[in-house]
Amino acid sequence: MKLYFKYFSIHLKSQMQYKATFFLNFFGRIVMSFATVASVLFMFTRFNQVDGFTVSQILLCTSVVSMAYSLAEVFARGFDIFPRLLGNGEFDRILVRPRGIIFQVLASHIEFLRLGIFIQAVAVLLYAIPNSGVIWTGDKIVTLLLMIFCGAAVFFGLYIIYTSFAFFTTEGLEFMNILTHGGREFGRYPYVIYGDGILKFLTYIIPLALIQYYPLLYLLDRAQSKLYMFMPIISLLFLIPSYSFFLIGLRRYKSTGS
Amino acid sequence: MKKYIALFRIRFINGLQYRAAALAGLTTQFAWGFMEILSFSAFYRANPAAFPMEFSHLVSYVWIQQAFLALFMPWGVGGNAVETIVSGNISYDLARPMDIYNRWFFETIADRVSRATLRCAPILILASILPLPFRMKLPSDLFQFSMFLISVPIAMFAVTAYCLIDYMSAFYTMSRYNAIFVIVADFFAGGYIPIPFFPEPVRKIAELLPFAAMQNMPLRIYSGDIAGMDAVYGIGLQLFWVTVMIAFGKLLMRRSLKRIVTQGG
Repeated sequence: MKLYFKYFSIHLKSQMQYKATFFLNFFGRIVMSFATVASVLFMFTRFNQVDGFTVSQILLCTSVVSMAYSLAEVFARGFDIFPRLLGNGEFDRILVRPRGIIFQVLASHIEFLRLGIFIQAVAVLLYAIPNSGVIWTGDKIVTLLLMIFCGAAVFFGLYIIYTSFAFFTTEGLEFMNILTHGGREFGRYPYVIYGDGILKFLTYIIPLALIQYYPLLYLLDRAQSKLYMFMPIISLLFLIPSYSFFLIGLRRYKSTGS
Repeated sequence: MKKYIALFRIRFINGLQYRAAALAGLTTQFAWGFMEILSFSAFYRANPAAFPMEFSHLVSYVWIQQAFLALFMPWGVGGNAVETIVSGNISYDLARPMDIYNRWFFETIADRVSRATLRCAPILILASILPLPFRMKLPSDLFQFSMFLISVPIAMFAVTAYCLIDYMSAFYTMSRYNAIFVIVADFFAGGYIPIPFFPEPVRKIAELLPFAAMQNMPLRIYSGDIAGMDAVYGIGLQLFWVTVMIAFGKLLMRRSLKRIVTQGG
């Protein structure tokens, strides 16, 4: 852990070298992520509800998913560039060092720029919290936190899978984007609006609905069962198959030799 | 002109090599389009009267958008123009008897066309055999279809001219991407939601901005949302913005090149 903080501060320092560029880009990220929110707001100037969700309730959903996604992105960025590490042989160096592989991949890159999305999402969340009609009690706050952090874990798991494919193809696979980037982009609305099939897929296969739709029902008092509150914890099971997939890939690893 | 066509051919053939990437890309785009339509259909269910386009128009809009994404996207193509600026390799290009603006323009277009060539057919075929609410329809008549065919290249030129202005900002900032440039264009060209879904005052302005000359126009002409004489006016607006943006780009290029300093090596 201490070592990770060391990496953390080095990355922070190195990315702060060009301060003007950093803040310009950082600001750019914040504006950029507002485009999604703007599209939601624009839609709701015409429609006042979708599947019974009001605009503030949708924004609650949007911001939670964005936060989860951006947390995963900041810290798991190393996985995103992992195919490059495989391609240029950098990964061989990682293998010979006496530290965990996942740890080193994680520490190889931390992308502070992506925190821009997080800050924007916090702003939206602060707007949505009082307006969503949720009666905020202790357990609701816990639910909200579970949604954000377990959500980050699920996206993290998706990044691991994305990375593991690189063992087989030495290149990142674009189709995973529909799950990572798409999970966030379409997660702006509760997944239920995409219909039954999609909801089932996102419940049993890629458990994104467990951190979004079901606990949201609990927040809105549409479901009373405590099970809905703890759904995000169940979603953590997803990390098991994704990690094993990584291990399978690792066993198959052959250096590119460069 | 001949040398630019040769350049286009080289880049085009080069782009056709990446078939596996295209396959992965088109799976994503197909799924993406499908999800988009599902989300819009939820809104349609909520209140059909508030829907500003016909649903079938929207479906065609989304499918054509996904099929020809590479033609119209304001990001990710012709990026090595920026690299030559940042790395200083641009000094080689300056020594060549070729206008740099034109060169970048043709290279970017070649990238776009080759990517779209690989990806469009499967998406178009799948989209036209899907079950009904999701099926892409053909344009209503031959006039509409020919207007679409005219509008497509102009939209591509518009977005390319815009991207080149973005690349040239690297002469001043030395940084790779200007997220705001990209996102503003994508949003106001109807990349997130079609312009008809914008609230009224914003919509009126958005219809006149240079971004309306990008994907917005061909997609809405194809789907039939902009029909008849409106399509002709729309193409007129496109031509206007393309001319302005190319003229501005060339001017900017001349100015930037004047202040460029190459540091040996």
